[in-house]
Amino acid sequence: MAKFDLQEVKRQIVESQAWQSIFRHGYEDTPRNRILMVSGNIWLHLHPSKVQRHATRLRFTWCMGGITFLLFLVTVITGIYLMFYYRPTAEYAYADMKYLEFDMPFGMLMRNMHRWAAHGMVIAVWLHMFRVFMTGSYKPPREFNWVVGVILLVLTLLLSFTGYLLPWDQLSIWAVTVGSNMARATPLLGHEGPFHEVLGVNPIYDARAFLFGGSEIGPHTLLRFYILHCIFFPLLASLFMAVHFWRIRRDGISGPL
Amino acid sequence: MADPTGGNVPSMKMQAAGGGAAARSAPKPAPAAGGKRIEVPIKKAGSGIEDKLHTWPFLVRSEFLMSVAVIVILAVWSLTINAPLEGPANTTRTPNPSKAPWYFLGLQEMLVFFDPWYAGVVLPSFVIVGLMLIPYLDINPKGNGYYTFRERKYEILTFLLGFQVLWVSFIIIGTFFRGPGWNWFWPGQVWDPHLVESLTNVDLPYLFGFRDYTASALFGLSCIVAYFVVGYVLFYMWVRARPANDPWSSFPGGGKELLEHWGPVRFGITGFLFLAMIGVLVKMALRHALNIKYIMVTPWINI
Ligand code: HEM
Repeated sequence: MAKFDLQEVKRQIVESQAWQSIFRHGYEDTPRNRILMVSGNIWLHLHPSKVQRHATRLRFTWCMGGITFLLFLVTVITGIYLMFYYRPTAEYAYADMKYLEFDMPFGMLMRNMHRWAAHGMVIAVWLHMFRVFMTGSYKPPREFNWVVGVILLVLTLLLSFTGYLLPWDQLSIWAVTVGSNMARATPLLGHEGPFHEVLGVNPIYDARAFLFGGSEIGPHTLLRFYILHCIFFPLLASLFMAVHFWRIRRDGISGPL
Repeated sequence: MADPTGGNVPSMKMQAAGGGAAARSAPKPAPAAGGKRIEVPIKKAGSGIEDKLHTWPFLVRSEFLMSVAVIVILAVWSLTINAPLEGPANTTRTPNPSKAPWYFLGLQEMLVFFDPWYAGVVLPSFVIVGLMLIPYLDINPKGNGYYTFRERKYEILTFLLGFQVLWVSFIIIGTFFRGPGWNWFWPGQVWDPHLVESLTNVDLPYLFGFRDYTASALFGLSCIVAYFVVGYVLFYMWVRARPANDPWSSFPGGGKELLEHWGPVRFGITGFLFLAMIGVLVKMALRHALNIKYIMVTPWINI
């Protein structure tokens, strides 16, 4: 019986055509390989192959941009799980939440992770903005990336806010009511806002009604927020993140000099 | 195997997987690293400034460790603390207080001081637009890409006022100090839903003896105009008075040179945003000290 040689098995696998068609270079720690590791991988390729020394330091970036992105990815993944069991209608939404919590394997965990990651993302994006301000990283040539960042901040808040309604419990509808009621006070466009007569808006046809899908918070609002939360804002945020990351890649991380 | 790269431990581990041959071409250790930091700088021949590291492994490694840490914390958090779920939605039962999600509580707190059209719509728009404009209004070339306070004192102080003092503390107030009727309750104090704080609010023109509708409206309007005019003048004088040859300023000519570079448009917008921000504080002070509800009352808008 031939002796079992692990090294030989490994060699055969690594040198097979299938393996080499997937992984193009080995794992040796050579300068060439270090660069290939990054440039040959679509995900890592978001980075340049070399970075300034200070960019790798926690005390410079606080890692907050990256953490924001990571938490966004967590909400995407857990969110997909939640979408399997949640129906955005007034009859089912709340019952589905209960079902998810008590009957679905890992349902409660997924819901918790989704919610806490969303809160964490708001905090992380806020701290990220703080650090970018404190390092003056919005100064030329990165002015526009700061603007993109502010858009991402707003989108993060909107994502969180639209998601808040979906459990369809007392907490969610009243929090969203308080938040969205402001829309009826929009100047010109809200029926209680200043100068609303100019455009002749009324309670069933104004900025808030547009948001709610009716004059009151109700089933239409739920569907509307669901679509905004699960499709529209995530797509928009992804687009702006792509721009944000592309710009960082082009301009490099900011630094002294 | 002897470790030829000094303190370069992690990359040696990787080499173990790839075979010892890699050690030959591994980059030379940096003498300055002194075994304390493990990264090896890649210096381009000839240029002394370039101080770059390979993304793999140095940056990717920190990112990976950070991701693991975040996921672990999040998972433990989620295993121990459940997301809230109250009773089913009922549009006929309004809880008291109804609070917006915590990140909007700053705006809800503003409702104490301003009408909804301003607190909920116009003011947040100023905040968003103002934030977006920061890079275009701030022309100080110093402090780009590193931490410094001295070279950008005014920018940083302004930002901290808006970011910390106003935004963050309002969120804290809204979350922990507001109870039924949006009345002030100390943490731990029992929420009394029947508490009615009698506030005898008065409008500023009334306080000054104006009883006629048009006259009070005009008086209120002039107060606001005066606030901005005086504000702009003071702001201008203050900027103009910045001394020359401040070692931390990029403009050796002092305030005069700064204004030349800044230009009227940037000055105007900065002044407006700054005064609008301070205006929030002024209105709060008026409300708390004198129970002033509105400064200007007109048939269309009240401020
Ligand atoms: C969804 C939200 C966001 C994500 C995922 C994100 C992600 C990132 C990442 C990964 C970086 C690399 C450096 C670092 O981690 O600090 C970065 C840099 C940057 N971000 Fe963001 N960001 C977001 C929101 C914002 C906001 C709200 C602002 C500002 C208002 C902003 C402005 C910037 C700027 C100017 C840089 C370049 C910093 C430099 O070169 O030092 N970003 N962002």
